[in-house]
This record gives sequence, C-alpha cells and structure tokens, in this order.
Amino acid sequence: MNDQTPVKTDDRTEKLEGIGCKRKRVEDVRFTQGKGNYVDDINLPGMLFGDFARSPYGHARIKNINKDPALAVEGVLAVLTAEDIIPLNLHYMPTLAGDVQAVLAHEKVLFQNQEVAFIVATDRYAAADGVEALEVEYEELVPVVDALKAMDADAPVLREDIVDKTEGAHGPRKHHNHIFTWEAGDAETTKAAFDSADVVVKEYLAHPRVHPCPLETCGSVADMNKITGQLTLWGTFQAPHIVRTVASLITTIPEHKIRVISPDIGGGFGNKVGVYPGYVMSIVASIVTGKPVKWVEDRMENLSTTAFARDYHITAELAATKDGKILAMRSHVIADHGAFDACADPTKYPAGMYHICTGAYDIPTAYVEVEGVYTNKAPGGVSYRCSFRVTEAVYTIERMVEILAQKLDMDPVELRKKNLIQPEQFPYKSAMGWEYDSGDYPTALAKAMEAVDYDGLRKQQAEQLEEFKVGKTREIMGIGSCFFTEIVGAGPSKSCDILGIAMFDSCEIRVHPTGAAIARLGTISQGQGHATTFAQILATETGIPADMITIEEGDTDTAPYGLGTYGSRSTPVAGAAAARAGRKIRHKAQLIASHLLEVHHNDLEWDVDGFQVKGNPDQRKSMKELAWAAYNNVPPGMEMGLEAVDYYDPPNFTFPYGAYFCVAKINVDTGETKIERFYALDDCGTRINPMIIEGQIHGGLTEAFAVAMGQIIEYDDNGNVMGASLMDFFLPTAVETPVWETDYTEVPSPHHPIGAKGVGESPHVGGVPAFSNAINDAFAKLGGVHTHMPHTAARVWAHAQDLGLGKS
Amino acid sequence: MAKKLIALNINGQKHDLSVEERELLIHTLRENLGLKGAHIGCDTTHCGACTVDLDGKSVKSCTMFTVQAEGASITTIEGLAGPDGTLHALQDSFRDAHGLQCGFCTPGMLMRADRLLKENPNPTDEEIRWGISGNLCRCTGYQNIVKAIHQAADTINALEAAE
Repeated sequence: MNDQTPVKTDDRTEKLEGIGCKRKRVEDVRFTQGKGNYVDDINLPGMLFGDFARSPYGHARIKNINKDPALAVEGVLAVLTAEDIIPLNLHYMPTLAGDVQAVLAHEKVLFQNQEVAFIVATDRYAAADGVEALEVEYEELVPVVDALKAMDADAPVLREDIVDKTEGAHGPRKHHNHIFTWEAGDAETTKAAFDSADVVVKEYLAHPRVHPCPLETCGSVADMNKITGQLTLWGTFQAPHIVRTVASLITTIPEHKIRVISPDIGGGFGNKVGVYPGYVMSIVASIVTGKPVKWVEDRMENLSTTAFARDYHITAELAATKDGKILAMRSHVIADHGAFDACADPTKYPAGMYHICTGAYDIPTAYVEVEGVYTNKAPGGVSYRCSFRVTEAVYTIERMVEILAQKLDMDPVELRKKNLIQPEQFPYKSAMGWEYDSGDYPTALAKAMEAVDYDGLRKQQAEQLEEFKVGKTREIMGIGSCFFTEIVGAGPSKSCDILGIAMFDSCEIRVHPTGAAIARLGTISQGQGHATTFAQILATETGIPADMITIEEGDTDTAPYGLGTYGSRSTPVAGAAAARAGRKIRHKAQLIASHLLEVHHNDLEWDVDGFQVKGNPDQRKSMKELAWAAYNNVPPGMEMGLEAVDYYDPPNFTFPYGAYFCVAKINVDTGETKIERFYALDDCGTRINPMIIEGQIHGGLTEAFAVAMGQIIEYDDNGNVMGASLMDFFLPTAVETPVWETDYTEVPSPHHPIGAKGVGESPHVGGVPAFSNAINDAFAKLGGVHTHMPHTAARVWAHAQDLGLGKS
Repeated sequence: MAKKLIALNINGQKHDLSVEERELLIHTLRENLGLKGAHIGCDTTHCGACTVDLDGKSVKSCTMFTVQAEGASITTIEGLAGPDGTLHALQDSFRDAHGLQCGFCTPGMLMRADRLLKENPNPTDEEIRWGISGNLCRCTGYQNIVKAIHQAADTINALEAAE
C-alpha cells in the first residue's frame, strides 16, 4: 500500500486537482476580502491588553521598581514584575535549547528592551500610558557586545543565575559567558589533510545578526476560564503543539486543559518558532485578572526582542590540490546567542545543521567547531527562512569555493564542477556523516549555465573591466554563482527531537458518507498555502477532488500532535503523513470495493478516483460510492467509517539543491548595486503545485536579497540596539526587488512517499551566497578577496575605496 | 481622556463616533467598527498594511488620528467588492496570479492598487513598482503582485471599453 500513486493526465485526473497542478489557493478567497483571522483580530468580551515596560539598558542592575505611578493611570489594572511571579516559579522559563530565559527581569537586565514589567490595562492606550508611568531605577553595568571578546578573562559576568553551573546543556562550560562547544567531523584527519595540501585558503566570514521580520509581529491572547480550569491560548505559533506542552510544563496546568490555537499567521520565517515572555505573561495576566488578555508586540519590540537570526562569526578554511580538487574543509565559529540560549534547534544540534557546510561537494574530510557565547543582546538564534543554521553553512562553503578559485586563478564554476558529488555517488555519505539521498548536480549546473549563457557573461564582464580600467565607465560587473545543498525535513527520531519529543508529523483524515473529507495536520501554514497543497496530495492519493477536502491546522484540540512548520519540514514530514494517511483510506476502500464487487481485493486496481476489476474497467466503484458504503455496507468484521491517521517519522532528511546565478553592476563611486539578472534553478523533487513553488522561490529570493544587501541588527558599544524599526531595518520594496527567473529539475527523493523534498527555504539559502558572491566577484579581479554582508552602498563604496578604486 | 464626536463615511455608510483625540484611525476601524481587514505591521508608516482609501487618496491609517478624518469618505478592503458581493477585478487577479501568500499585506496592497489604477489605468511595470512602494510584502517578492495589477488593469479597461 505504500506504492506511489501514478499521476495520469486525463479529464478525471484534472478534476481532482491533485499533485502537479497549479491549483488556485483556497486561502485567498478570505484574504482578498479582508476576512483573515490573525491574532490581533481576536476580540473577546472583557478582554484586557498587556504591554511590557522594557529595559533602556543593555546591562544593568535593577535597583528599584515603583509601581504606584503606573497603577494610578486610568485603565491600568495590574502591574506585574518578577517579584510577583517568583512565587509561581514563572520568572524563568525553559528555552528550546536547554537554557532558561527570564520572563521578567529579576535583579538584572541583560539586553536592551528586555521585559521588566507587564502592565495590564483595559486597552492598549491605557497599557502604553502605564508603561510610560512606571518608575524603574537602574545601575548601569559594563555590557558585552562583541561576541569575540565574550570569553576574555576579564569579561563581565552576564548570567549570574547560572554562574556556578559548570555543565551546560551541551557539555562543560569553560567560561562564565560560555554556553557550549560543539564539534562535528574528524579533527585529526582534517588536520593531516591541511598539513600536506598544496593550497590552503582561510577567511573570516561574518554573518551578521538579522531578523526574520514577518509583516505581522508576534502576539497572543490568553483566556483562563477559572470555572472550568481551561486555558485557551491563541497566538502566532509556528509549532502550536510544542507551545501547549511547554505551557503545561511551566504553568503545571494539565495538558488536556490547555487548548492552543494558531489562527492565520502573517508570515513566520522562523520568528514564530520560539516561546516568548509575552505569551507567558498573557497567560499569567489572564490567571491573575480572570479575564482574557491580549499581548501584541509592536515592530520595535519585534526587531529588538523576539528571535534574531545568524550572528555567526565564521573562520573557514579549504585545502586543495593545485588543480582544484578540494581535499578538506575546516571551520571554527563563535556563535553569538545573546543573553539567553533560546536557539530553536533539535536538542542534539546546538549549532543546527551547520555541518552541512561541505555543501554539494565531494570533500573527503572535514571538521567544524562551534562555540556558543552569551552577550548583552536579545536571545533567539532562529532559522530565518532556512533549516537550522543552513544559510550560515551554505554561505561558508559557497564563499570559500569562490575564494579558493580566486587563489588558484580558476573559474569558480569550473572549480565547483570539478568537485560536485556525482549522480552515481548517491546515496552519498558526507564527511560530516549526513547521507544525501539523491540528486543530479552536474545536470542542474549545466542547465543553469546554459540558461544564463555563463561563458557569454564572463566575456561581458571582462569587457566591462577593460572599460573600467581605461576610465570609460565607473561601473564594474560581478557574476555571483552558487550551487547549494540544503538539509530539510527535520527529522528522523534517531537524531531529532525538541524537548524530548521526536520530530515526526501527522495527518488525520476523515471521509464523510458523501465522499467529502476533512484532514487535519500537525503543521501550520504561515502563507505557504497548506490548505491548498495538502488537499492536492490527498486528492491524488484518495481520488477525492481537492475541492471536497477541508484542511485544518493549528488547533491542538482537534489536530493530531505535530512539531509544526519551519525548516521546510511541512511537505517532507507532514506531507508524507498525508500521503500515507490517504493510502490507508485507499486500502480500506479497496477492501470495501472487493466486498461490493464480489472479487478478491488483489483482482482490483486503482484508477484515478476508484477501484476497478483488473481487465474489466466497467466493473468499478468510485471513491464516492465507497465512502457511502463505508457507512452502511462494509465487509463482515470490518469497522464502519472511513478514517485514517498517520504519524510519520522520516527515515532521513531531504536534500533539495539548486544552481543560482546573479549578475550585478556596481558603481564604485556611489557603492550602489544594480541586480541586472537573477536566475534560480531549484530541484525540490516532486512538484506538488508549481504556482506555489514559484511563489515560494520569489519570496525566498527577495528575503535573501534583503539579507545580503541590507539587513543588519547592530549594537553600539553601550549595548544599544541600532535601528530596530523599519526606518533602518531593510525590507525591500517593489522598486529595489529584482525580477526573478525561475527554473527547475526534478529528481524525486527516494525515501519520501511522494518524492517531495520541500522548497520554501532553498531560495533564501542559495540566494544569500549568490548575491554576496556577485559583489565579491566584481572586486575579485581588482584585488578584493572578501567583503562582509550586508552589501549596502556605504559598505561597498568603502570597499572600493580600500582597494584604491576611488577617484584620485 | 476627553472624547470628541465625529462623523465618518465608511464604505458608503455614515458613522457618528465618539473617539479620544489621540486615537489612531486604524484602531477606530479595527476595534471600534470591527473592520479588521486593514492591519498594523509597523510603527513608522513604512509597511502600508493599514492602507485605506480616504477622499480619493491612499492613506496609511496608522499615522492619522481619527479626529483628522472628520467628515471624510473612507473605503476599506471590506468595501472593495461590489454591493452585491461581486469581487473587484483586483481581488480576482491577486488570486489568479498568486499575488499573495500570508495575506497580511493584502488588504492594504489591494486598496493601494485600486487607487493606483484609478490614477493610472495603464501603468508600466516600473510605474506599478513605484506605485506600490509604500506597501511592503515579505512573502511574494512582488513579481506576482505586479502581474496581478496588470491583469486587473486589463480586465477593468476591457470592461470600460465594452460599456
């Protein structure tokens, strides 16, 4: 029953709107009419509003809090501080990374805008007045803002609450600001390869702190019903079931008394994976006041407190032969995790899947070491539109390949070709221990090179450079290439869990007597179009038209337990569960058909939307007829009804890949960059809905463009967060955003029930290095080796100046 | 807090309201009148999720006090479809061209696109891109939004030519 359903192309198949069709999205009907239901749209009778008073300092001792002026504000009902919630043992909450995070600051604040008090009022204006009126006295302390100095002997102690803790969640701590040291690969063989190599390149690559910044910020509404003891919590949760489990663990409310609902979510991109103090405080405030309490952060709070991404300080090395065969890869990272380790990674991987950093290349040996440190910055460390730390990993290898090519005076794409894993090597065991499931990299690269006329582009670039050198133009041209391999679909229970819960996912389907159905999954869409695409998978698998299948997610009272949507895991994991649940439905339907047609079930064959007798297609029962029969005429001994559930534990990750090219022109006098062309070829395996895939790629590339060209969350020496608003934090408008060309190859994943690999994050992962490589490539023939992201006009101009390219 | 009485015409209906002078138009629409289509995405007038049409202009309703709108005629996303429920050409084209994903920017984007097409019924790609540059989208990369606006322009122009 686990055979893949053949996709046919006839009228009946078309009517199903199953796998492979550009089905229009069912979600859009309500969104285009302003009828979405996002968390801030929830309005309950008597609902109160909570708002945080936040620390103005990056590192300070709290000397005194005077609540009275806040309590005197009209409409303010309660002011909650750490002192108030210590008796409930709620002033710290567990993080997904095995640390604790202050819900409200106790004695000390550790980052600017940290939550200090929660003001509960009748409406958001009164709450804001209360925040302004609250009086807090601080004594400023010296902050740690440079991650590279966090473990200096004389660095201030940040986490007094764990200063005596010598054992962290991931091994021994060697310094008061040290969180973990984590390694992968083989240090000794890698060292030996480096020691004897012809050529070694080494570079420092900063991957700056950025933020996913979905258009909707985070928020929650908590409603504690004191009579029934039931807590209902609506919120911007990418993983509602985990939120329910965490809420139960920290509040001691039994899990069956907690209902978590993710309503429509206005974009996530990793921002909405974590558990934030606002969620906890809305619950506490609802318990204290007996009324529903809403908390919704504003944009500044969003950018400066919930879920930063990246902040990896990477040193990377490649060893190679003179003719460009890569022999070894090595990387050391200082990971700035901020004031609390609240990274959202599977438990065993404190640096996520950073060890996918050997990329698409056959590299015999490799070694990485990542050291996590505390600084006076916001906690987070989420995966911003990528699987866990995969953008960091791909950036590392794809910059280093270019740097090696420059050193060898080789074309970077030639160098890539020479080192790509070959089709016959799959399943391929990487030096880091991953088993890449499938791929045909050379074909993808060749197709991409042809599409952009790579050789033609290089000629054009050389001509442009000549003109620049003789003073005919002030513009230089860069060609950014990238060949990436992602690792998504976390994940197999043998290696992946969150808080001890394996990273499976689930689908439950119930077929009604008339042949319509409802399916519920453990994931939650934030714009990916699950209600559309999961119905397509089920349509192909069950023969029920997609329009007759309702998809529901996000309500923990009705949906089966799942680990949620992030890291491109919905299609690889929940999509697999959907396919398998559909096959269970079909299996039962086959037995019913055998009973109705009075033939052995092995004499029946599936045909698009029903079973027919082999060799006699006139004798058939459609799924619609079989659904009806399931409620009145089943074989003796069979249970009535037509329902199935599947919990899918993937045997492996999936490994989408792609070949990207970016053509940029840079004006060396202004530092401004024009992206003249961007071509993205993706292989995400079986394509469920090409329209949605293309939309995902457009969006991911745009976020990659933002990260590479403009985004950064900086802190000054005093720990002040710089530019935590859309005045400063770069979100591209339609004007700057390039036009995207998309293309694909299709190598199905051999272990996924329908061969799909996931796609939402590939364009971000591959896009970031493609842009950065384009900028660096433009300067490569003019003496440049590496310049850090973001490639803003000011930074690019400064780089040109450093290389002596300014007007004399 | 002292309140002020004002009159607004919203989606063709007159409303007499009593509002605090500091109340923002977006909050009046969303919380007082239950028109939750327009959203709040930033604090600095950059994102445009709150865009409504006010006296023939696209206005970011998070940056206007309700009292400043005294006497104005406002159209929100809830008033974009015809009185009989027939969807506006833009509502159809955004779905057809996959011009939305999470849907959060969509109401503001549609209201802006509607005004843009009234100002310029035959915009070029570049005019569309500049025309919606006050509305941010984090999901689509804009390409399909541009396509959707072109498609709606064609539909509207064809209808007008037929009339």
